[in-house]
Amino acid sequence: MSFEIIFFVFVLGAFIGFEVITKVPPTLHTPLMSGSNAISGVTIVGAIICLRLFEGGSPVGMVAHVLGFLAVVCAMVNVIGGFMVTDRMLAMFKSKTKKKD
Amino acid sequence: MEKLYVYLYLLATALFILGLKRLSGVRTARGGNRLAALGMLIAIVAAGMEGVGSGGLSWSMLLPAMLLGTAIGAFLATKVEMTEMPELVAAFNGVGGLASAVVALSFLANHTADGSLIDLLSEAHDIESPVSTAITLPLSILIGIATLTGSFVAYLKLGGKKMSHPFAGSSRHGVHLLLGALAIVSSLWMILWATNGGSQWLAIVVLVVISGILGVFLTMPIGGADMPVVVALLNSYSGLAAAASGFVIQNLLLVVAGSLVGASGLILTRIMCKAMNRSLGNVLLGGIGDDSVAEDAREYSNIKESSPEEVAMLLDAATSVIIVPGYGLAVAQAQHVVRELANELEKRDIQVRYAIHPVAGRMPGHMNVLLAEADVPYEQLWELERINGDFQNTDVVIVVGANDVVNPVAREQGNPISGMPILDVDHAQTVVNIKRSLSPGYAGIKNPLFELDNSLMVFMDAKEALTEMLKEVKEL
Repeated sequence: MSFEIIFFVFVLGAFIGFEVITKVPPTLHTPLMSGSNAISGVTIVGAIICLRLFEGGSPVGMVAHVLGFLAVVCAMVNVIGGFMVTDRMLAMFKSKTKKKD
Repeated sequence: MEKLYVYLYLLATALFILGLKRLSGVRTARGGNRLAALGMLIAIVAAGMEGVGSGGLSWSMLLPAMLLGTAIGAFLATKVEMTEMPELVAAFNGVGGLASAVVALSFLANHTADGSLIDLLSEAHDIESPVSTAITLPLSILIGIATLTGSFVAYLKLGGKKMSHPFAGSSRHGVHLLLGALAIVSSLWMILWATNGGSQWLAIVVLVVISGILGVFLTMPIGGADMPVVVALLNSYSGLAAAASGFVIQNLLLVVAGSLVGASGLILTRIMCKAMNRSLGNVLLGGIGDDSVAEDAREYSNIKESSPEEVAMLLDAATSVIIVPGYGLAVAQAQHVVRELANELEKRDIQVRYAIHPVAGRMPGHMNVLLAEADVPYEQLWELERINGDFQNTDVVIVVGANDVVNPVAREQGNPISGMPILDVDHAQTVVNIKRSLSPGYAGIKNPLFELDNSLMVFMDAKEALTEMLKEVKEL
């Protein structure tokens, strides 16, 4: 994949980010932050690929794999913790009308 | 269908975008978060497929790592108190940054050998554009590690630890520039000049150390009042770190998701800056809450001390009450008792509303989360622009542990908070300030609100004071 294509995608991604998040009610600032933080845990994909085996199944670089292990743990904490805590927060937001049900 | 994983990455990207969009609406937010989580699940499955397709994965490493990360994440997410939410988000930002940097390091571990790194990258059969990899590798380490250490400093600061930058005033910027230059030099060393694995790793270690110091130094001078901005900005960085590692391993999902988060974090940062009438540059260079604020007249005169009993009587006689929560409410964990007091007043047909300043607390939306935890319906939470005109028709305003966001000095020129939009609590009939002492807020300046004739002080812990008020109101 050429640098140009990746850069193209990067810029488009930023545009979508700016367009999608224009007006956010202050009530949602914290959940939006923790939710988008969980999305940045997408590094998990890179971390998993770090644990690839090379050349017919032998781990070429032990160092690479130890680092990959660390990356998977960190990214997973970020992903699971981020989505769960966001869900926990959003579950608490109740409107008056709902409460009467 | 061996490239099925590519389409799954695309699906995951779409789910992230939809999820993020829904996260910005009150009614759709919870579904949005779950949609994004589903996207992540699909992305993880797709990554597994990609790994298996390209020679297999080390399951004996992968599965324990995933289980361990899941256990830690789930434990933190369920156990943490709502008052500690800013610290938790800072911590998650930090591990996210670390993960991105470590992905780049792991990539490096597979590519360092004798010869310069740029030549090695050019010869590697799995890299199509060695130059872009060579540029984004150090960038990915720099952003990731700086996000980690910056988040760590933010975490400590949010926990109330005071820190000052080892280099004072303007010399600080010179130090930062020097560190930035060193980071560039060590990157060049790593990529171009080092010609064997050993010296390449030495360069990498130097880069990691410099990035770490840079993260600490850049976060340190930012004052406590600016913490919401910092947390939002670090959020943006953690996205950029993910995007940078996406460039390195040439994975478009990482690039898109990272830039999405980078952009949304930047928007939140801008919202926070606007709420304080400051530019981002101004915040980053430090200022508010910095020691540079002179110890000017912090002497108070005309302070009227009051008691919970007296306030209870005032409340009983009122027809409309506005509660202004601040960080003191979070520290005292007083969100539940404040709701009980509000319920008690509503039973007496007194209108109760909450006025939420955009930067009240330590992170964007901090007060909203706290009050939501205490079952306060969000219709009762009023934003600054919507409620500011109503203070003049309000009988009693209770300011709970807030200071700078109600400081009328902001309307004047020539002080650290000049021009910051504030809640016009001084326009109300009576303002009750619950505060432990007359100590200044994070801006480090005196608050003349406390000296006004319609201002009463209750020098107590927020929870104690509100509990006693509740008791007294019930007895009336």
